[in-house]
Amino acid sequence: MKKREYIAIILGGAVFGFGLAFSGAAIPEITLSFLRLEDLGLLFVIGIGLAVTATTFYVVPKYMKTSFFGSEFTTKVSLPVTKRTIIGASIFGLGWGLTGLCPGTSFAALGMGNLPILYGIVGMFLGALIYGQIRSRK
Amino acid sequence: MRDNTAMLETLFPLGVSHYVVGGLLVGIGISTIFIFTGRIAGASTVFTSSWSYMLKGSFFKEMSPTRSWRIALSLGLVLGGFVYFLFVADGVATVTAITPMRLLLGGALVGIGTRMANGCASGHGICGNATFEKDSLVATVTFLAVGMIVASLSSLLI
Repeated sequence: MKKREYIAIILGGAVFGFGLAFSGAAIPEITLSFLRLEDLGLLFVIGIGLAVTATTFYVVPKYMKTSFFGSEFTTKVSLPVTKRTIIGASIFGLGWGLTGLCPGTSFAALGMGNLPILYGIVGMFLGALIYGQIRSRK
Repeated sequence: MRDNTAMLETLFPLGVSHYVVGGLLVGIGISTIFIFTGRIAGASTVFTSSWSYMLKGSFFKEMSPTRSWRIALSLGLVLGGFVYFLFVADGVATVTAITPMRLLLGGALVGIGTRMANGCASGHGICGNATFEKDSLVATVTFLAVGMIVASLSSLLI
């Protein structure tokens, strides 16, 4: 991968992370208040983020053969809905409902100086380690 | 008119403008990455792909081709939060009151669940739904529903 692609990813990621911080989504207490239906504002973050992203994913590949720096556009492989989809999303929902943390917001929260979130990030690495070890054995 | 204002204040006690601006920036950030590099910016895979630097397990190895840019994405997310901290929050950190044990346990569940379901709030909730993937819709509805139930119950406990 080219160096300028890494730079684009860091800068794009920074805009993404700044948006999570600015919206409040990266504050676990705000996410929890959304999940408790006390403040539905996160619907705007997800809805507008989704609308912009969907437009880009749909429109841009129609007008550009490859991405700006030459790599192919990733086309997401459609995966079937399995038991894992439902059980995995439920386990994620359990962790999300307990802490208000998801992967993207945790990184942004860390940048905001919310240092205890490191415990959550360490937890995510450990959870993925355990799951990956189990799946690697088969 | 007054009824509408009251309803808005009930549904969105903190107002809506920062949510709208934040959502736009999230979409623009993910779009920037896609337009310039063709990559789809899901945030959760880094927790698995990074282990491939140290471990040989097949599940980790499968994700090794994307491991380096996923670290770049994570650093970018941290950087974005840091820019907010410096220039918008004037160096005042928002520190969570959630206990370390709960963060660690909840984090582990997020780490297991997102990989089992192949995505998180950005990978499924935004990127997957953006291309109308059926598994993303099912996953999103499921984690939203479970998250809402668990968060509501946990507010009764703690």
